[in-house]
Amino acid sequence: MSEAVGRTFPPVTYAVGREKIREYAVAVGETNPLHLDVGAARAAGFDDVVAPPMFAVVYAAPSIMPALFDPDIGIDFARMVHGGQAFAWGPLVVAGDEVTTECECTDVSERGGLAFFVFETRSDNQRGERVCTGTWTNIVRGA
Amino acid sequence: MREGDALPELTITPDRYVTVRYAGASGDFNPIHIDDEFARSVGLPGRILHGLWTMAQVARAVTESAGDPAALKRLEVQFRGMALPEHEITVTSTVKEVRADGTAVVVAHAEQNGKKIIRGARAEIEGGAGAEPAAS
Repeated sequence: MSEAVGRTFPPVTYAVGREKIREYAVAVGETNPLHLDVGAARAAGFDDVVAPPMFAVVYAAPSIMPALFDPDIGIDFARMVHGGQAFAWGPLVVAGDEVTTECECTDVSERGGLAFFVFETRSDNQRGERVCTGTWTNIVRGA
Repeated sequence: MREGDALPELTITPDRYVTVRYAGASGDFNPIHIDDEFARSVGLPGRILHGLWTMAQVARAVTESAGDPAALKRLEVQFRGMALPEHEITVTSTVKEVRADGTAVVVAHAEQNGKKIIRGARAEIEGGAGAEPAAS
């Protein structure tokens, strides 16, 4: 069992911006006006544009990236591929929210010459509501 | 949504620079996604798509069918193979189960050039039982 398992990384707070949501929505091809148009989002009862669920990638990244590069975890980034991903969502995130994410290394294992590194991210908004839990499985070839 | 329903298929052809825009939008600047020469130096055919961009297409397929981004409560995927820019991707989704509380469980996969690039995708759509996906 690797010493990395159970290790947590410092929580990072991400301020969700309107233009960042729109930039992300355009990059993934979202067409729902809730993600793009403030007027449409307000008409639907939201304070501002709504982040697509997969925007979790953006607010969780500042927490998980240091873990992926941590020398004690020891991932060879050039040989890393993303093996699997799961997200579980709570309330929607809207522009203006502040989301704080903590990351934990939950499993390290080796099978068939591949090393598996599993991380969990837990993201809460400024009201303490759990907006997303992410499970990130990264595979390093040639372990 | 009822058990066995096929949800509208989503097709998208990622343009040549989508990985650059997605790198900027997501903060993932791994050079395998944005630098052809680097990608080839580590044994890839060229720049490959971000797996999470492709997962976002699966998320889009199911939230568009549900008609509400808040309905997507859970999504898990397995990434397989390499997906490339400028080749069409198809997301196929089917309702596997509708639970007593109205949550629809949808299974999906994404294909490019006849190969599955995401398999075993599984989504939970709250209130999915009451959603009526538009015919594709």
